[in-house]
Amino acid sequence: MSTLQSITLPHYLVLGAILFAISVVGIFLNRKNVIILLMAIELNLLAVNMNFIAFSHYLQDVSGQLFVFFILTVAAAESAIGLAILVCLFRSMQTINVDDWDRLKG
Amino acid sequence: MTFQAFVFYAFAAILLFAAIRVITARNPVHAVLFLVLAFGTAAVMWLLLEAEFLAIALVLVYVGAVMVLFLFVVMMLDINIDRLREGYWDYLVPGLVVAGIMVAEMTIVLAGRHAGLLAVAGPAPKPVGYSNTKELGRLIYTDYVYPFEIAAVILLVAIVAAIALTLRARKDTRYQKPADQIAVRREQRVRLVPMRPEKP
Repeated sequence: MSTLQSITLPHYLVLGAILFAISVVGIFLNRKNVIILLMAIELNLLAVNMNFIAFSHYLQDVSGQLFVFFILTVAAAESAIGLAILVCLFRSMQTINVDDWDRLKG
Repeated sequence: MTFQAFVFYAFAAILLFAAIRVITARNPVHAVLFLVLAFGTAAVMWLLLEAEFLAIALVLVYVGAVMVLFLFVVMMLDINIDRLREGYWDYLVPGLVVAGIMVAEMTIVLAGRHAGLLAVAGPAPKPVGYSNTKELGRLIYTDYVYPFEIAAVILLVAIVAAIALTLRARKDTRYQKPADQIAVRREQRVRLVPMRPEKP
């Protein structure tokens, strides 16, 4: 029962893995809804960040936290541009359903 | 069970519940709010891992800015949810298979006896007066100064791109045209009306 008593590094890693898997399922389920897809990507990045910080804490290396800092920066930029593209597409197509975005289909 | 273990399990449960609700909520607004809950809970986990600066940054930047942006967009768009939910559960089984395999693999590798990660002892308690923020700041401005500046440029590019994508000129806006203003002639502005002088 020692695994329940004290929290070790694998606890956090498995939590991150489950979080990652949930967001992958979310990408499978919400393949038509771009907004939820973007949110699933955010969850993905959160799981990755969790692993970075857990390793940084248990291996006593602050550099891991800096990488989380950079991931947060890039994720914020990504979601801002993604939402801008989404708004643009909605203005021209009046829908966010991926099935309707087939104008480029040959 | 120690207090830390209790906090870990309680907040891990909340985090996973919120994540599942994010991907299954019918209303996108609810999904955004559950994502806020997930980020807040993750911030608590990071506090447990003594990453204080990033925990606060997650709440401020993500919950405060990015999720509000999501909320704005979700509420601005007129979404037909019924059409988006057509065939929603079709890919549940393949998704669960993929996710199950991923979790099983990572658990075997990371939490197994052979990787040696179980043996990693927790770090010693930090001395009094240790500042996580100070340490991060020291690293940012010494070892990671170029990545830091690149991150700043990425943010600038994101700002310019987001504004350029969503900016649209209104058709009824009136603009000044300096070229026309300069090239104007007297005849276009002043009309001389010939009048007979009136008698006093």
